[in-house]
Amino acid sequence: MNAQIFFEFAINVLSMGSLYALIALGLVFVFGICKLINFAYGEFITVGAYVLYFLGVFTSLPWPLVFLIGILSSVAVGYLSELVAFRPFRGRSLDALLVTSFAVSVILQRLFQLGISPRSKAVPVPAFFNMNIELFGLTTPLRNLLIIAITVVLLLILTVIMKYTVLGVAMRGASENFVTARLMGVPANLVISVAFIISGFLAGVVAIFWTARTGSAEPLMGMSPLLIGFIAVVIGGMHSLPGAVVGGYVYALIANILSLTLPTSLLSFRDAVMFAIVIAFLVLKPEGLLRGNYQEERVG
Amino acid sequence: MNMKDFIKDLDFSRKSSTVVFLIAILVLIGAFIWWLNIPFIEDIFTNGTIMLIMVLGFQLFMGNSGILNWSYVGYVGIGAFASAIFSMTPALKALQIPTMYPFLISLHLPFPLALIAGALVAMIVAALVAWPLMRLSDSVGAITQFALLIVINVLLSQWSQVTNGPRTFTLGGTRLTSFWLVLGVAVLVIILVYCYKESSLGLKLRATRDDRYAARSSGINFVAVRYVAYVASAGIGGLAGGLYSHYILSITAASFYLNELFLLLSMLVIGGSMSVSGAFFGTLLVTLLRQGLRQVELFLYKTGFEASGSAEIVVAIILIAFLIWRPNGITGGRELTWQSIKRMLPIASEKKDPISNNLKKEEKA
Repeated sequence: MNAQIFFEFAINVLSMGSLYALIALGLVFVFGICKLINFAYGEFITVGAYVLYFLGVFTSLPWPLVFLIGILSSVAVGYLSELVAFRPFRGRSLDALLVTSFAVSVILQRLFQLGISPRSKAVPVPAFFNMNIELFGLTTPLRNLLIIAITVVLLLILTVIMKYTVLGVAMRGASENFVTARLMGVPANLVISVAFIISGFLAGVVAIFWTARTGSAEPLMGMSPLLIGFIAVVIGGMHSLPGAVVGGYVYALIANILSLTLPTSLLSFRDAVMFAIVIAFLVLKPEGLLRGNYQEERVG
Repeated sequence: MNMKDFIKDLDFSRKSSTVVFLIAILVLIGAFIWWLNIPFIEDIFTNGTIMLIMVLGFQLFMGNSGILNWSYVGYVGIGAFASAIFSMTPALKALQIPTMYPFLISLHLPFPLALIAGALVAMIVAALVAWPLMRLSDSVGAITQFALLIVINVLLSQWSQVTNGPRTFTLGGTRLTSFWLVLGVAVLVIILVYCYKESSLGLKLRATRDDRYAARSSGINFVAVRYVAYVASAGIGGLAGGLYSHYILSITAASFYLNELFLLLSMLVIGGSMSVSGAFFGTLLVTLLRQGLRQVELFLYKTGFEASGSAEIVVAIILIAFLIWRPNGITGGRELTWQSIKRMLPIASEKKDPISNNLKKEEKA
């Protein structure tokens, strides 16, 4: 009995943690290079979710194609927002970038409300996602295992790209010291665009599994993954990619423990506790659990 | 701050002309609208002036310190709820919010004192949490303030025994915030915020914004200077929140969250966050713009086209455009002074500029 509870807890933490790790990774890719906390990141996810809704409801495309187009549309929005809104701010103040990303987020939210609907839309989910799987004597929907597997695969691919390709080395160099990287011949526009494209790609993957869990898409849905990403990124360390992954899993662990231990009357205050932890981290341990290359200035 | 030196420093023609101009513009607009006596326009003016007080408080910390202060709108919320709890009669509170703690139900203050008490509550909360946060700048500082806003918002929206939780908090009774009260408070706040900016404390804070290392090596205590401004800013926010809640008469925690913050931020940035005049003209411009767009929205709605929310899109695009092409806002981070007005008038500038005058004389000769 106890073992079963433990396994259930472990699967919950691992599957939620995998999703949160992807969310945090998408945020930290952009932050690492541009030092921008991208408030519009949640809307990249919303775009993916809406595309899944439209393709799932109005077309009969096979699921892999639907997912692919969903991910590609998130990538497109990420790349376009970089091109239109963020590129003019190269080498300008950090606050200007931050306010711009906030404004982009507001614009996209209002466009969804105007163009689609202020109410939530039910997103169809492939049947195999919710198929129950027997594992260690407990049943869990397949999507929980799928997200863990996909996260592992994605992390492996990203690790290979970042470690062994020229592009990856250039990106790591740019996030460590942008000026020196440029002096070494790293093209600034390319590196920043790729960071936004990877961020959009991860947002697209997150959109699939997020809507599979909630079953709906709405204009303001980007807010909660964004907040989760913030917390995970801060806990893990804002300047390191592995830190974001660790932060995602640690966040899932803390959130699950709080859900189990907090009395129901206090459960609605869970977010307040989580963000109080974030503030404590920023004040006491601003480099996070995994120390990256902390630096104050921002360039680009 | 040495009060005597400060008063001696006030060179009327140069420095304090800003205050005189801003107050004169505000009072003239107010008097004109009062004379028009159209309730619809009076309502817009009162709302706009409450926003102005909020933006001025926002400018006090954010403009002078350069830290993006996301949590500000949370203090506006705290002030709004706190002053409402103080001003409502116990019987009314027991009726409207039955879940409230008994000791809060028994509290009662007359309206002006309740407003001040609301501002004080916001200041106390700020004073309790802010000290360790003032060490952080840049992106870490911005995320911390953002996290603080979410903590405040969760508390406001979930604490049923104080704020009625996620349900609407209805004040009941009559509208206590009047046209002239708001105008009077706005005049006082303009004076306060401007005097703060020109005081030695304000100068120190602006120095920390402009060059962190030079300021520090000049012996400025970063944390203390920021702390004072942060708490003062929260106080003005709380006061504005109190005026707001006694004007709108029904509030929820959602009224003091990202939408409201976006509005304040766009007003301050479009006007120019580094000056009091920027806060003033930014509020004026964005208020006019939004009211105009709202009329367009209403017109479109009548012709059968749903366009609510398009005003925010336009404001957001203008905000981004300003950040790209004129990052210091319409005022360019400067104050409106007698000098700057003279410079704008071609006749006056001729008299002032001896070199070009001499050149012209020579040309004539």
